[in-house]
Amino acid sequence: MPFDLPFPVPLEVPLSWYLILSAILFVIGAAGFLIRRNIITVFMCIELMLNAVNLTFISFSHTLGKVDGHIFSFFVMVVAAAEAAVGLAIILTVFKNRATLEIDEVSSMRL
Amino acid sequence: MQHLWIIPALPFLGFLVNGLFGRRLSKSAVTFTAIGSVLLSLAWTIKVLLGLGALDQAYVERYFTWIQSGIVNVSFDFAVDRLSAVMLLVVTGIGSLIHIYASGYMAHEHGPHHGGYYRFFAYLNLFMFFMLVLVLAANYLVLFVGWEGVGLCSYLLIGFYFLKKSAGDAGKKAFVVNRIGDFGFSLGMFLILIQFGSLDFGAVFSQAAKLPAEASAGIVTLICLLLLVGATGKSAQVPLYVWLPDAMEGPTPVSALIHAATMVTAGVYMVARSAALFDIAPIAREVVAIVGLVTAVLAATIGLTQWDIKKVFAYSTVSQLGYMFLGLGVGAYSAGIFHVMTHAFFKALLFLGAGSVIHALEGEQDLRMMGGLRKKIPLTCLLLLCASVAIAGIPPFSGFHSKDAILLAAHAHAPWMYWVGVITAAMTAFYVFRAFFLAFFGNYRGQAHPHESPPVMTVPLGVLALLSLVGGYFDVPHYLEPMFGGGHAAHETSLVVISVLAGATGILLAYTFYVLKPGLSDAISRLFGPAYRLVYNKYFVDEAYDALIVHPIRDGSAAVLWRGIDAGFIDGIVNGVGSVSGAIGGGLRRLQSGYIRRYAAWVLLGSIVIVAAASFLGGVR
Repeated sequence: MPFDLPFPVPLEVPLSWYLILSAILFVIGAAGFLIRRNIITVFMCIELMLNAVNLTFISFSHTLGKVDGHIFSFFVMVVAAAEAAVGLAIILTVFKNRATLEIDEVSSMRL
Repeated sequence: MQHLWIIPALPFLGFLVNGLFGRRLSKSAVTFTAIGSVLLSLAWTIKVLLGLGALDQAYVERYFTWIQSGIVNVSFDFAVDRLSAVMLLVVTGIGSLIHIYASGYMAHEHGPHHGGYYRFFAYLNLFMFFMLVLVLAANYLVLFVGWEGVGLCSYLLIGFYFLKKSAGDAGKKAFVVNRIGDFGFSLGMFLILIQFGSLDFGAVFSQAAKLPAEASAGIVTLICLLLLVGATGKSAQVPLYVWLPDAMEGPTPVSALIHAATMVTAGVYMVARSAALFDIAPIAREVVAIVGLVTAVLAATIGLTQWDIKKVFAYSTVSQLGYMFLGLGVGAYSAGIFHVMTHAFFKALLFLGAGSVIHALEGEQDLRMMGGLRKKIPLTCLLLLCASVAIAGIPPFSGFHSKDAILLAAHAHAPWMYWVGVITAAMTAFYVFRAFFLAFFGNYRGQAHPHESPPVMTVPLGVLALLSLVGGYFDVPHYLEPMFGGGHAAHETSLVVISVLAGATGILLAYTFYVLKPGLSDAISRLFGPAYRLVYNKYFVDEAYDALIVHPIRDGSAAVLWRGIDAGFIDGIVNGVGSVSGAIGGGLRRLQSGYIRRYAAWVLLGSIVIVAAASFLGGVR
């Protein structure tokens, strides 16, 4: 049985909904990056932002009927995978050397 | 084609071989290269001159266009006419003799600890190259190349013993003083270029002849005066003569070749070459005559009092150059060039003879430390006597002929110039024989053990002595007549007798003072104490130049240019740029905190600003 929704349900999910979802995901990711101090969490927030962008690409690609967005999102995924590998390695090394995952503790790269 | 370029190219080849490989060559190879190249050059000169015959007109060889830009169109040309023929023979002839002499004089410079021998001959060959370029030049710019080149070689050879501070200083002094003259010369060249649109001798002189009188009065006089400034620098005339006496720091063959026989006559040659310009600028010519006369008198009086044998001859050179300028100034160009030639003979002989004396006395140059050398080095004594009678103007030796030609022309121009010239002639005879008597008569006053010089030195001296005695019979004035016109002055016997008597008086006075009554000269110098000290100290000209020119320039440079402009202004700009960038960087570096999240915040802020700006300005299309 159909749910009663306060607004008319379109036949197809419109582009704006995808974009709104993507924006929400991106903002969550950005906010998490800025607020959280655990490196792992920060790292996950980056992934979240990347995937928010991926979602935008895919939805535009679908709407416009072009394949460019798909290709872009593949690239993003490949980069994200590589970044995950390198990033986790860095995080492991940092933890081994400093015994901490506090991001503000790792601030020796400054004048 | 006579291939004139071979004449200077041969010494240049010698310079390259000795300059580049001299260190590895044996002494005899260096000597062979140096002397051989100059002798070949002399041989080629003779071949060319024989091939060209009478040389009624200038023979020009054009090689290539050198500079072409706007109105400046200069080609690299060599030319020979009668004037350069005389100079070519003097330069290569005397040059060869002095090269041979120098191989004996500089012999002790050879060895593992002496870098001097090959270096000396490399410089000397380079000098020959530039001097021959100067003489062969067919336009002012090529002449200027040789002019500057001989100046460079003069600098290098004056400072040959550069470990001695006085030698280095003398070299620098010669170079700087010559720059002043060359500044005038180059200004003169620019004016010629503007006025005549060419630097080529033939073109300039033919145009100058056609110039209307009112046009020539201003611009040509100015050109001639500027050229004269150049000539006073190179030929050691008042007021730029001060470098020549100091130039005696160089080895004696250098003094003979460069600072007596050839290079210093370049100014005379240049003025004679520009005769067509000077002829239409009578004021400038008058200035030439007066400069020459003042120089002749001034230097002769200084020569009376000097004790260093080379200094005496140096002032004598300045004085004789003054004579040549007097000749040029009164319009007797051929007499001036004639005197260049005879002076080259006897002054080279005087210097080389002095070198032989110095060599014999193991480096002693002070006349007070000589005496009685007549018996110890009789050959040198005889040779120096030949030179002395020649310069004193005793007939029939060479100096008499050329000096008389100048004096007669001076008398025709203005009698007072003749009388001043005669007095100078008396002084000339006096100081030369003073040096001669002090060195060779009386008792020996030094400690060294005099020994006669080797034949390699005395044979060239013998040739020069022969030339000094009979050189007056090479009738140069007659040979140059087609170029400069002739028959200026009638041969007035009374005037000739007076000038000869003046010379004889000078010799007799010297004989009285330094042989018969040796105490007399000291008594007289005490009697005229202040005047004697003034002359002995060379009229304090060096000190005056120091106080009036050198010190103000140095102090002004230190106060204004160094502390004010360089340290204050230029360094201020450079340091200012540095400190401003430093301050900006210091502010910006606070952005780099090391906190990753702060960087992220900046990135976010930045992207927001960019997006906001883009949409505010109408969005991205």
